[in-house]
Amino acid sequence: MTGTITFRRKAADRVMKWTFTLCALLVVLPLFLIFFDLLIKGAKELRWSLLVDLPHPVGEPGGGIANGILGTFVITLLTMTWSVPVAVMSGIYLAEYGRGKFASAVRFAVDTLTGVPSIIMGIFAYVLLVLPMKRFSAWAGAAALSMIFIPVVVRTTEDMLRTVPTTVREAALALGIARWKATLRITVRTAWPGILTGILLAMSRIIGETAPLLFTALGNQFWQTKLDQPMAAMPLQVFTYAISPYEDWHDKAWAGALVLITMVLLINIAARVLTREKR
Amino acid sequence: MKRISGTSRALIAAVALSLAVVSGASAEPLMMNGAGATFPYPLYSKWFYEYSNANPGVRFNYQSIGSGGGIKQITAGTVDFGATDAPMTDEEMKKTSGPILHIPMALGAVVIVYNLDKIGTGLKLTPDLLAGIYLGKITRWNDPKIAEQNKAVTLPNADIVVAHRSDGSGTTDIFTNYLSAVNTEWRAKAGHGKSVNWPVGLGGKGNEGVAGVVKQTPGALGYVELAYAKQIKMKVAALRNRDGNFVSPTLEATSAAAAGVAKSMPDDFRVALVNAPGKDAWPIAGLTWILVYKDQKDPARGKAMVQFLKWAIKDGQKMEAALDYAALPKAVAEKVDKTLRRISFKGKSLY
Amino acid sequence: MAARSGKISKDFAFEKASAFFASVVLFLTVLLFAVLLRESLPALRKFGASFIVSGTWDPVREQFGALPFIYGTLVSSILALLIAVPLSVGAAIFIDEFAPPWLKSPVSLLAELLAAIPSVIYGLWGIFVLVPILRDAFMKPATKYLGWIPLFKGPVYGPSMLAAGVLLAIMIIPFILSVTREVLATVPQRQKEAVLSLGGTRWEMLRIVIGQHCVPGIFGATVLGLGRALGETMAVTMVIGNRPEIFASVFQQGYSMAAVIANEFAEAGGLQLSSLILIGLLLMLVTLIVNLGAKGMLSRIVARAARGI
Repeated sequence: MTGTITFRRKAADRVMKWTFTLCALLVVLPLFLIFFDLLIKGAKELRWSLLVDLPHPVGEPGGGIANGILGTFVITLLTMTWSVPVAVMSGIYLAEYGRGKFASAVRFAVDTLTGVPSIIMGIFAYVLLVLPMKRFSAWAGAAALSMIFIPVVVRTTEDMLRTVPTTVREAALALGIARWKATLRITVRTAWPGILTGILLAMSRIIGETAPLLFTALGNQFWQTKLDQPMAAMPLQVFTYAISPYEDWHDKAWAGALVLITMVLLINIAARVLTREKR
Repeated sequence: MKRISGTSRALIAAVALSLAVVSGASAEPLMMNGAGATFPYPLYSKWFYEYSNANPGVRFNYQSIGSGGGIKQITAGTVDFGATDAPMTDEEMKKTSGPILHIPMALGAVVIVYNLDKIGTGLKLTPDLLAGIYLGKITRWNDPKIAEQNKAVTLPNADIVVAHRSDGSGTTDIFTNYLSAVNTEWRAKAGHGKSVNWPVGLGGKGNEGVAGVVKQTPGALGYVELAYAKQIKMKVAALRNRDGNFVSPTLEATSAAAAGVAKSMPDDFRVALVNAPGKDAWPIAGLTWILVYKDQKDPARGKAMVQFLKWAIKDGQKMEAALDYAALPKAVAEKVDKTLRRISFKGKSLY
Repeated sequence: MAARSGKISKDFAFEKASAFFASVVLFLTVLLFAVLLRESLPALRKFGASFIVSGTWDPVREQFGALPFIYGTLVSSILALLIAVPLSVGAAIFIDEFAPPWLKSPVSLLAELLAAIPSVIYGLWGIFVLVPILRDAFMKPATKYLGWIPLFKGPVYGPSMLAAGVLLAIMIIPFILSVTREVLATVPQRQKEAVLSLGGTRWEMLRIVIGQHCVPGIFGATVLGLGRALGETMAVTMVIGNRPEIFASVFQQGYSMAAVIANEFAEAGGLQLSSLILIGLLLMLVTLIVNLGAKGMLSRIVARAARGI
């Protein structure tokens, strides 16, 4: 009798163990499939010309996504120009001075913003910039992306600063250093690798964003550096090529996606290496 | 300590330098923005590419978002020019900030494409069959009414997956104009316009979207501009025209549809070509226009626009045949050229 | 004295400067709501509450209703949860309880990488790999034998509510997984040991212990996953079919709130634009409630665990 019960229980245990293993396998399987496909399908159109040429008209083979690479670079840099100072300073405020109703309101606002779908940020930038300017532009694209970038970096900056032990701050003040200097030169500096990691991870996120750019930066077939004009971006081009009915554009979509994911991963890895270096 | 401040300094320098390079670039070509019809996009795409190569000082950026979008954007003033295959209605023209000119650029054909493995190209359809399919009354490929016209082939026993446009489309305008002209039930139920209440079917965005749906769905049928059908190597149906002949969509058939139009072309060029008479005429042909304001707000941009349109109406026409668009009849092209002189800045012609 | 007040005013300046930046963030948030509200007013005034229950989306006759999009957003997200939650919980348990130590980091790293992949790349993979596989290996045979059930009714084209649900599931798994792992970590070790020492099998221990401690936390993780799925745009619009109609069958196309905004916004004007922005406002409110609810739930659980309850 006891033997049967034990057998059943043991069998259940084993079945569940394999179920959990299966779950883990199924969870990582898509990752392998996606990377496998990106490498194989992306390799087809991956040649030097893809990175340096401009798109050719429909039906003509060749051409590339150089304007998309430039556009992503320009828009991302533009976004970070104001977003990094705003976010880091806000994070410093919340961590170092943030007690009371105002700080709670700011934290709540940040929590709210992180939950807003990215396409809504596109609407925001469209109403505030595209409509009055009467045109699509890199500015509008950057404005939309900054609404995604800022809350993330505020959160990570505050978290990183909070990990700096109070003793460090107290020691600095005990030495007679002014509070603002202590905050910047010592606390922030101590937390800096973590803060930079947060910035890099947010950057890798906005590089891949498509929805906010759909009706702000809009996209452009040409090499374009003017900030007040529509600008190309890599995720936009991948999207346009993917939903087109042309086979060679599909191949370019995969190649563009491969370039994009490489960029994203490189930045991610850089961010992780930084955190490890700190230790 | 030193390392970090060095990094920050380098970062700031990089940012400043990049921004200086990016915003200070003065030797930039003039960027003209346009948006609208997907119908002529294969042609315009080629035009803008060739024109930009020949004229490095100017670039034309075209967003292929559908005629409806083109009309909205030129009305809002967010683009330098719009493009449409559906002429603006009087009501739409009232909403613009100034008089708008319709500049015809080419003739195209709306063709019926389908995705059937075992059947070749050239399936025969009559106007009533087409209307019946789009009304949802004929739902299977081997419907006796279809089989009647195609006795030489065995049609599969499969659902017809109908595809249409989901966005505001001039191609739809031409297509529904045709269906309304040849079928009273269609005219009553759905009518004619850039967007209609489709009784059945899947929506695709732009000509590309419909082409994509048909290409990827076995048993699908849709309407696209001829250049798309050719580029994606799709099977096209032969339609019975007004004169009673089954014609295939070719350059010649499109031109035949336009044969009579030169005489009756109104001054503002807003005319439809559906169900044209002629024994070889393709029944669903249409003009496609570029929309520009008669009174330009910026002399440099206005001049660039007029220069391009002059090129399009002369040299551009020569590129059309290769992409299966029909060139405008000579008389029409001359009339257009005269109209271009009306585009002006502060009263002075920019021609 | 003079030197001291100089220092204080610099401190003051720095504090106020950083407060200024923080207030910019607050201002932008308020501005976001204000802008969305103002722009959606025309549609709100014209349609009122019927906007949520109307199924007509007709740009020609200017009649707009959000029901098909609300339906699509909800159904695709719920489908995604049905798939993602069991898999995520199972994988989390595997990593924490059954995986050999050398396997723990790689597997969790892989799960994190899934979170870094941009949505448009998921969509690309969805169109060309997932949809054809689902269509040919699952949907078409299912329709043949089970097509009489409304849920599986054909005809099968490929892009579908099911495809969107599966793709969304893959995308939200990393988030549910990482939160579940945190929740599992709050289970006191001695409780686990107690059950095991009484002769329970691993599975029985997990069942009892997780059942007792982790259900609210896993629920919180689920709600968090829901919040992410609701707002997903690119991947969904690339595989859902973009058809503003409501079908019982998950093999049919659908549309979502985020997808219709993505597709129609650039060309919309007037009442259509206002209606799209109203949809955006509704989407934002729903995701906000869901996300803040999830965070509230989870922070309480983590706090209780820290206190050792």
